[in-house]
Amino acid sequence: MSYIYFPGCSLQSTGKPYEESMQAVFAALNIPIKELDDWNCCGATAYMSISELKSFALSARNMALAERQAGAGNSADMVVPCAACYLGLNKAHHYLAENPDLNAKIKGALGVAGLNYSGRARIRHPLDVLVNDIGMKAVTERVKQPLKGMKVACYYGCQLVRPYADFDDQHEPTTMDVIMKALGAEVVDWPLKTRCCGGSLTGTVPDVGQRLSYILLREAKKRGCDVIATACPLCQFNLECYQSEMSRKYEAPVNVPVAYFTQLMGMAFGLDHKKLGLKRLFVPVHAPAAVGGSHVAA
Amino acid sequence: MNRWEGWHKVRYESELAPHFAAEIASIPGGDHLYSCIQCGTCSGMCPLSHHMDFTPRQIIAMIRAGFKADVLSSYTTWLCASCYSCTVECPKEIKLTDIMYAAKRLAIREGVYPKRFPIAVLADEFFKSVERNGRSSETWLLTRLYLRTNPFKMLKQAGLGMRLWLHGRLGLKPESIERKSELRSILKALEKEHMIKRKGNTAPLKEVAS
Amino acid sequence: MSQPNMKSNGTPKVGVYVCHCGINIAHTVDVAETVKFAAKLPYVTVVRDYKFMCSDPGQELIQQDFRDGKVDRVVVASCSPLMHEATFRRALAEAGGNAFMFQMANIREHVSWVTLDKVAATDKAKALIAAAVARVVLHQPLQKTSVPVNPDVLIVGGGISGIHAALTAANAGKKVYLVERDPTIGGHMAKFDKTFPTLDCSACILTPKMSAVRSHPNITLWTYSEVAGVEGYVGNFKVKVRRKPRYVDEELCVGCYECIEACVYKKPRFPDEFNVGLSMRRPIYIPFPQATPLVAVIDPETCAQIKTGKCKHPCVEACLRNAINFDQKEVIEEIDVGAIILATGFKTFDASRVSRYGYGKYPNIYSSLEIERMTNAAGPTGGEVRLTNGEKPKAVGIVHCVGSRDNHTNQWCSRVCCMYSLKLAHLIKERTEAEIYNFYIDMRTPGKGYEEFYERLLKENVHFIRGRVAEISDWAMTPEEEGKLVIRAEDTLVGVVRRIPVDMVVLSVGLEPQADADDVRRLFNISCGKEGWFLERHPKLAPVSTFTDGVFLAGACQGPKDIPDCVAQAGAATAEALALIDAGKVELEPNTAYVLEEVCSGCQTCIGLCPYSAITFDKEKKVAVVNGALCKGCGTCVASCPSGSLQQNLFTDAQILHEIKGVVNYV
Repeated sequence: MSYIYFPGCSLQSTGKPYEESMQAVFAALNIPIKELDDWNCCGATAYMSISELKSFALSARNMALAERQAGAGNSADMVVPCAACYLGLNKAHHYLAENPDLNAKIKGALGVAGLNYSGRARIRHPLDVLVNDIGMKAVTERVKQPLKGMKVACYYGCQLVRPYADFDDQHEPTTMDVIMKALGAEVVDWPLKTRCCGGSLTGTVPDVGQRLSYILLREAKKRGCDVIATACPLCQFNLECYQSEMSRKYEAPVNVPVAYFTQLMGMAFGLDHKKLGLKRLFVPVHAPAAVGGSHVAA
Repeated sequence: MNRWEGWHKVRYESELAPHFAAEIASIPGGDHLYSCIQCGTCSGMCPLSHHMDFTPRQIIAMIRAGFKADVLSSYTTWLCASCYSCTVECPKEIKLTDIMYAAKRLAIREGVYPKRFPIAVLADEFFKSVERNGRSSETWLLTRLYLRTNPFKMLKQAGLGMRLWLHGRLGLKPESIERKSELRSILKALEKEHMIKRKGNTAPLKEVAS
Repeated sequence: MSQPNMKSNGTPKVGVYVCHCGINIAHTVDVAETVKFAAKLPYVTVVRDYKFMCSDPGQELIQQDFRDGKVDRVVVASCSPLMHEATFRRALAEAGGNAFMFQMANIREHVSWVTLDKVAATDKAKALIAAAVARVVLHQPLQKTSVPVNPDVLIVGGGISGIHAALTAANAGKKVYLVERDPTIGGHMAKFDKTFPTLDCSACILTPKMSAVRSHPNITLWTYSEVAGVEGYVGNFKVKVRRKPRYVDEELCVGCYECIEACVYKKPRFPDEFNVGLSMRRPIYIPFPQATPLVAVIDPETCAQIKTGKCKHPCVEACLRNAINFDQKEVIEEIDVGAIILATGFKTFDASRVSRYGYGKYPNIYSSLEIERMTNAAGPTGGEVRLTNGEKPKAVGIVHCVGSRDNHTNQWCSRVCCMYSLKLAHLIKERTEAEIYNFYIDMRTPGKGYEEFYERLLKENVHFIRGRVAEISDWAMTPEEEGKLVIRAEDTLVGVVRRIPVDMVVLSVGLEPQADADDVRRLFNISCGKEGWFLERHPKLAPVSTFTDGVFLAGACQGPKDIPDCVAQAGAATAEALALIDAGKVELEPNTAYVLEEVCSGCQTCIGLCPYSAITFDKEKKVAVVNGALCKGCGTCVASCPSGSLQQNLFTDAQILHEIKGVVNYV
């Protein structure tokens, strides 16, 4: 099955390491994937604050374009790494399916531009695709340099599992943990896997937003993790990029590497670190020395 | 105003907005809010509730009772990070996050929100960028945000900006889709529509003195 | 039941009586016009109208016309048959007529109460009257039959409800079979420590009743037994009871515990059901020291001898009365009873379904039933409330409404949890002097002495926080929270979010129907409500009977309730069962189906369709036979019969078709 890749606005700037590593990992696993042509912004959370109908229209255009790109009668599975885009598109998908009035309005608007949305397009997260479609057997087989001894705390964030739990348990998700275990890493269980990182509040109201991210970093560090694995560009940015500011503001300094789970996958697969965007991280991720070889990211 | 004059005022029925609850409840699935038993699970789950002036539970009570001005001018709806914890755990399946969005939209439409408040400004800039180009450019978005709310902060964030640029994570090119007119025509078709059905007095509100 | 053998002679003489029902009918339906209309209908000899037909003068109108020979069959156009069909049938019968030469036209609930337009209402009334007249012309006289009632009573479930029902019926002189699935009676109440609001010791008030059951000459107590099948009908039930093998002879065992001490499992290693898994037992066990009957039981799933045959079985030698018998087999007893009372109780909500409360994830988080065993002096900790490390807790959180009042789990309020949470708060404080925090949404204390109990707890310095607990976890924000379980909830009365570090959490779980409630209800041919509790006949006026005559409900199986209500309901159910039995006979409505044997081809289509299992196949005659006592007159078999050999009294094809024609011709 071929997938349609929806990057979203973040993946080509702050989330660049995510796009790079995801594409490298998918290529290594021979998963055919092609970027959606002329995709538009999903609206994220900010757009919904201004106009909800238009927000659904944004997502509907993307889904209509995906259906067109996939070709009539073919499945149109969109792989959406950014959690906010994932939720925005998925929410539109659910709401349009459950509310005929809304559906009619949106379809009418799309029709003005000659587009059609049938509901065929499915919104998938890379975690979903890797665990449920590809399977851990294929992933394990691709591991060349197991992350033995690396303690990983998996951080899912909010919008992957709430309010729709389409591919993982809502309260105790495990897809990322399953992947990390397949990579040979040691998974650190912690109770804040899905607690909010503060979202856009870290930029707009830093006293509030950064405090939320700080609580996560502090607890993960306390539980003895070497790295926090994330699946959302805003989560990764919030957890990583404000650490020096947090160290000044709050009780105890934090210095925890925060990587995208796809970067850790790429490391375990033995892929070229330049292709995984590892150098773009503020806090370097150190591969366990026991494995040997040149894994230490600069 | 002294605290003893501003707090604990009696609220008269004529000050309330009797149709406010129905307006909010008109969003898809919004009628669940009438089933609220005020258990407080939403506020208990919400990681931001202790930063808010009214907890999410209080907001629902205020919506039901018609305290429109208080709800729309509170900081609560703006501090909601859309984490959906409340929505998932509410025993009456009230879509609190969607209600917060509805309140945000009404507040913007009626012009009742703290001026220069960063979150509302961010939403506005984001909106404009997407309407114009079909995408948002993170760097330019944040730049305009700081310029409009707190230019000083931009200087403070310059360090972070530099670090991001050095790591190749600062997109400087303004992002845009190719078929902008296609998107514009779709959005224009929905220009006059809103999901909230307005009832009763739709005159703009006075901002409640805080 | 055979076909009717009485036919009326001569031309039908129909009397039509239209009721005004005060203004209920007359305000909307033009009664005078309907009277004029009815007079023109075929076979109608008398038409009258009256303000209140159901009153004595109204009934007298009918009776006098019958005695004068002016009418031989009657149509009353008034209210719903559910209201007064019985009234008018009786009136006709008392005047010497046949009760079933009667038809009602409902022009109140079906016309005047639901139609706004007067012209339309009168039209509809006329159509219904025409239909009733057309039908009654074809009515035949019918007789009610009666069957005798077996005086024995079966009670299913040996908790407090079943026990009380059994004692009441037995004291009334009836022979009672009390069947209980567990090896002992006592139910949930035997597990509690103290009961609210009096704080009576639960076992102290229960065990005398259990003992009375054991020694009552009228009660046959079958524990470790289940009902396997029920056939028959009200007053004449045939029940199969499966008596599971204990591998211990109940007649010989005296409950001396020697076999248990001798068991090869020196260290008990299987979760003890009575202690809700807080302690372990051996494969051979007695549930608790006051178990009734006080007889050991061997669990075939865990006993080495039964599973492998290779055990030295020292238990056999240890028993001085040779009571252990590994060859014991299951026994099916067959009994005949007249009435059945279901008292199968409830189960508690599984707290692990609410993952944010950490049940099963963090230590020292218990369900309320587990804490009941802990505070019980005869329980696994000897009545001491302790953490897993053996210390006394310094702070305990009690979480109300676990699993209840929630669309995701159970929507209903379980009624008893607020009270038992208060009780547990009192008991735990008494045993540990800890700070107790009760987190609630509403404080529901409606019973006698209950509000006063709440007041008592308020004065005992228990902290009450009105706020449903959002989450319980072990991550700390402040030094005081390190190593503790932190409860996060909004204190809605004060309006702030609070984090309370505690050592132990008690989850007040709600009550649910038993897991197999749906299977059990099928056995007895009753229904379950939407929520899974057994369905009563009417929520207000018939809470202990069901839609299946002869089957009654007692206790929590009908809905969550506390012990006083269970006992009251058990008494009520027994009273209704006794009313049935002491009447001596059951009258059966004659609107039953019957088979025209000469037409029946023996295709047996009807047999599987009957929801009341009332049809059997006579293998000799090769025809279907309807048991009139079981037949409820639903008409399913009649509709299905391809040859038309199945007919129904009072609902023959001709009668139904004429009724339809009556309406159609008018319209």
